[in-house]
Amino acid sequence: MGFQVSENGEITLVEVEGQLIVGNRQELKQKVLERLEGGDRKFVVDFAKTGYIDSSGLGVLVSLSKKIREQGGELRLSSLNEDLRTLFELTKLDTLFRITDDKEQAMDGF
Amino acid sequence: MKNELVLELPTDIRSIEPAVQYVVDHCPNCPTNSGKVNLNFRVGLTEALANAMLYGNGHDPDKCVTVEVCLTETRIEACVTDQGEGFNPGAVPDPTSDENLAKGGGRGLYLMRRLLDEVCYNERGNQVKLVLNFDSDVPLEGGAQA
Repeated sequence: MGFQVSENGEITLVEVEGQLIVGNRQELKQKVLERLEGGDRKFVVDFAKTGYIDSSGLGVLVSLSKKIREQGGELRLSSLNEDLRTLFELTKLDTLFRITDDKEQAMDGF
Repeated sequence: MKNELVLELPTDIRSIEPAVQYVVDHCPNCPTNSGKVNLNFRVGLTEALANAMLYGNGHDPDKCVTVEVCLTETRIEACVTDQGEGFNPGAVPDPTSDENLAKGGGRGLYLMRRLLDEVCYNERGNQVKLVLNFDSDVPLEGGAQA
């Protein structure tokens, strides 16, 4: 379980392996904020290898998206399976994020 | 056939994921390939444990959280009890309303209610009973009431 961070040009890609829940949300927050403070503005969080997300995980994505937008950037989400996408729909968070089928699509034209 | 488990957890959010995994691993009749168990139950129990530790016990490491699980062939029940003063679940605002949508928190109880078939608090508000029926038709719409 963890977060793999890589760069693709100007885009920072964070791949969530395992769960994004109350126990590890701070780790994701710290990794993204470090990049944001370092000047990164385009972020993609990819869930292709993610089991489940709880409300704390959803909450940290909302908080990070707000902070990134305040700096003129954007946080996009990719590779949500059907169940995870339904979590976003239930909470109406699908209306706050640009969600793509895969990370390539998220990075395309970013 | 019925399986019963009782766990006593420290107030430490790092214990939540292994505890949830332990419960799922020790439910031999659980349809673990089912999205209902792998998502609805895992998320629901994670929310209940997080609420118990963060809000019920107020992060107090001297307090613990008790989880009692009863599994039958048709459903799973989990009772989560903290050592806090309790709260009023009816007073939690709707996180999907326009004024709350962009807030970072407040979705835990809402998700429990949407993902599980029953979510019932005791009168004090320090114990919640979660029920998931395996044979519900809609995988992600438990539709529990407060």
